[in-house]
Amino acid sequence: MTSHSQYRPTSQARTTGFPKYLDNVRTKKGPFTDPAVELGPPAIEQMEKMKILVIGAGGLGCELLKNLALSGFKDIHVIDMDTIDISNLNRQFLFRKSDVGKSKAEVAARFVEKRVRGVKITPHNSRIQDFPDDFYRSFQIVVSGLDSIEARRWINAKLIDLLDEDNPQSLIPLIDGGTEGFKGQSRVILPTITSCIECQLDMHAPRAAVPLCTLASIPRQPEHCIEWAHIIAWEREKPYPNLDKDDPNHITWLYQRALERGQEFGIGGITYQLTQGVVKNIIPAIASTNAIIAASCCNEALKIATNTASFLGAGEANYMMYSGNDSIYTYTFLHEQKPDCPVCGQQTKELTDVDANWTLREFLEWLGVHPAAQLKNASVRAEGKTLYMRAPKMLEEQTRGNLDLMLGHGLAVLSNGSAGGGDGKKVDADGDHDGAAAVRIAGLGLESGTEIAVTDEAFPGQQFQFILRFK
Amino acid sequence: MLKIWSMKKQQQAENAEGAAASGGKKKKVTAAQLRVQKDLSELSLGSTMKVDFPDPNDILNFTLSIEPDEGMYRDGRFTFTFAINQNFPHDPPKVQCQQKIYHPNIDLEGKVCLNILREDWKPVLNLNAVIVGLQFLFLEPNASDPLNKEAADDLRNHKEAFRQNVRTAMAGGMVHGQSFDRVLK
Repeated sequence: MTSHSQYRPTSQARTTGFPKYLDNVRTKKGPFTDPAVELGPPAIEQMEKMKILVIGAGGLGCELLKNLALSGFKDIHVIDMDTIDISNLNRQFLFRKSDVGKSKAEVAARFVEKRVRGVKITPHNSRIQDFPDDFYRSFQIVVSGLDSIEARRWINAKLIDLLDEDNPQSLIPLIDGGTEGFKGQSRVILPTITSCIECQLDMHAPRAAVPLCTLASIPRQPEHCIEWAHIIAWEREKPYPNLDKDDPNHITWLYQRALERGQEFGIGGITYQLTQGVVKNIIPAIASTNAIIAASCCNEALKIATNTASFLGAGEANYMMYSGNDSIYTYTFLHEQKPDCPVCGQQTKELTDVDANWTLREFLEWLGVHPAAQLKNASVRAEGKTLYMRAPKMLEEQTRGNLDLMLGHGLAVLSNGSAGGGDGKKVDADGDHDGAAAVRIAGLGLESGTEIAVTDEAFPGQQFQFILRFK
Repeated sequence: MLKIWSMKKQQQAENAEGAAASGGKKKKVTAAQLRVQKDLSELSLGSTMKVDFPDPNDILNFTLSIEPDEGMYRDGRFTFTFAINQNFPHDPPKVQCQQKIYHPNIDLEGKVCLNILREDWKPVLNLNAVIVGLQFLFLEPNASDPLNKEAADDLRNHKEAFRQNVRTAMAGGMVHGQSFDRVLK
């Protein structure tokens, strides 16, 4: 595209021995570069100051770390709670046999730091849930190479939660890679701008489960015998209090049970490795699929960081799927945001002017006539707290008592009714306004900014979310 | 990066209502809880079923009792624990029968063989579907999907003996050398 004579060396970054082709991309506009974008040394400097977080230092993570470091990111953090297993070595190429048992994040970070000059990689041998919000806030891009849907949903919800509409820095793109055998995907999530992992949940095919009855009565495959040992025999005999899938003793126990079951039904092919695979739900990982998906994720990160070309999420697409099962097939498309997505949905309305000293009953009456709500038969919950449910019957009985409690922290009401906020009619529980004693009205402990979820039998299948703002 | 922010601003301008403007958000209700709340408020239990919440603030764990008013299991009272994880509705609820009962599709530890609790579960299914499925197991025990093989053989080959065994077991008696929990009301 560009001849060598046109190449102008830029700042001191070049002295680190970085490949020149990278600067061609970072300093010269291509046909797909947004004309409004300014490329050049300041942009490069900005990119080199960026902090980027890689979640997972496994099959995808090794590729990601290597690629990002070679793409000119200088400040990379990596989180992985796992240690290196011998079975990782075939594709997780940053690890050696002598590393078995060590932290994946630490070994990967050291390896890449040693090979790529000028990059700083900070390893974290922990769970993603263990970090405070400020940790995540400090990054400009997050790239995930995870094997669990749960962890993806967590980081997705976290990044969306961190978005503060008044602060550009709080918008952190999530680039998510995933592979399964010959298949994979890479996608970019721009919190609340594009569809999120929660919107796309239906894209994950649940893993095929075997009917319990097949396991119990007519196993046909070695996997059925192993699942039987795992689900039925273990529960019945409980050889150890809790199943630890990484404990060889536990796996051996399951393997032997499965073997006996296999002999009983004339099923062969049960091995220790297969037992481990079935129980830990190990999906065959293919090195090249990881390489393809990680490369795609890394390129998205590079494009987002430099604006040299349009990235996923910015235009008509946010999701690239790759299928290597039948030769090679890729399809890049726009997965649309779900307006009612429980994580990124924009339907959360604010209810301002709520009085913390209203009882829940008063609040529900107000909700019935409030123009933005108009929910006359509302059932209401907050996170971890059932405020009032009209159905099922039992739950109604259990939560009915909440109707007479105040939304906030409650208050002590003096007998002359002068205490802040409370009006006379709810002075005390037994209804008389007698002595001088102060009466305490209990509160539900809600705070301004609490999100509540509302269902109403008049709107079956619908759910409403509101944020309470106290006066 | 600034480009993304300008996309955000443009989006906000386009939908003038915009999102929540002032102040921070506190504790979002989790997706699993939202969905369970919705499912619970749409539950149609009828007169033979009842749900109980040991802790009303924890709607992810509850029990369902079924008291069939017809079929071979009529006049019994069967309770099931429901344990729903944060991955619901991606994962099905975990359902277990609390009594030791004689039933071809429920084993002696209370595990239930119901297709929609395992291989046929889909996130579009709801708690009502599971509850209807459980009720159906008592009206139409199914010999072709056995979890308790002896019970299934009885049902298939000696229907009258099976009916007798059901009553014996429900009264807390012994069937095939196993003693069962008394579940008669």
